[in-house]
Amino acid sequence: MINVSHNLKVLVGMSALLAAVLFALAAPVMAQAPAQPLPVISPELDKRLKVLETELRCLVCQNQTLADSPAGLADDLRREIRTLALAGKDNAEIKSFLQTRYGDFILYRPPVKSTTWLLWVGPFALLALGGLVFAIIVWRRGRGRDDDDDPGSGGTGGAGGVHEARKLLDE
Amino acid sequence: MAKVWRYLLPLGIFAVLVWFLFKGLSLNPREVPSPLVNRPVPNFTLSKLHAPDQKLSASDLKGQVWLLNVWGSWCVSCRIEHPLLNELAKNNVVPIYGMNWKDKREDAIGWLNKFGDPYVASIADVDGRVAIDFGVYGAPETFIIDKQGIIRHKHIGPITAESLQKDILPLIERLKKS
Repeated sequence: MINVSHNLKVLVGMSALLAAVLFALAAPVMAQAPAQPLPVISPELDKRLKVLETELRCLVCQNQTLADSPAGLADDLRREIRTLALAGKDNAEIKSFLQTRYGDFILYRPPVKSTTWLLWVGPFALLALGGLVFAIIVWRRGRGRDDDDDPGSGGTGGAGGVHEARKLLDE
Repeated sequence: MAKVWRYLLPLGIFAVLVWFLFKGLSLNPREVPSPLVNRPVPNFTLSKLHAPDQKLSASDLKGQVWLLNVWGSWCVSCRIEHPLLNELAKNNVVPIYGMNWKDKREDAIGWLNKFGDPYVASIADVDGRVAIDFGVYGAPETFIIDKQGIIRHKHIGPITAESLQKDILPLIERLKKS
């Protein structure tokens, strides 16, 4: 018992130390120059840009959208997007502005092109392939009920088994 | 013949899947390829860190191979690569310009005094506006720019001795000759 509680104490102490170390490592990151305020925009424009920002990836935290990300860079990009929008740029123009600088990765919906067609077509191709294999199996079982060459229809399992059972019932 | 395919086809699909997953293991998701490679360096005019009344523009640097290193005094990984940059500068391998990103001037100068200053000059991008044009998303980042002012390489994260020997130095030598 004593041993267990001692181990627990060591563990708690270690995690406290770890937390302190992590905090110390993170502290310099927080020492960035303070973020400048976002330009003032109308509520309608703000609504439009919020939607746009949910389609853009924050490259710092990668699994967050620009709308959600607390990263300093996301702040800068939100400010830039607002500035561009105030200059009369539409969503497509803002997206292409970011795309030429950060690449397709910044878009949550990547464009269809030679390097991404596998990404777009792949899942549907796999689905079609699966459907095809399924259809072939079903067709073969339906056709080859008495065909012992097909291991799927032989023995006790599968459609062949049901067929054999029917035969026995009929007798 | 059909029997053979029944076994070979799933094996083939499995092999392709394994290849993709294996490739995925060695990819670093933090290294996003930059669309700016092989494009002209974005135009900028920014104040120098040590002399705020003096400006530096992209066009001032044409006609030489140069490095642009994005750094900040708040950036922990910048300290890891810094000795290598100091070494490059000491041996006059290539002129290195610094882009001091989202930093306070006094912090930045203090940092250079402490860790050494390998930069011919650092430009101060206080609000991060020019960094956006460069597609910067995390310090340190290093761009290699050729004599015509075209970006030829972008290194993301701290420069290591390995990346220096394998990618950066050979490329610099090649660009210097062309």
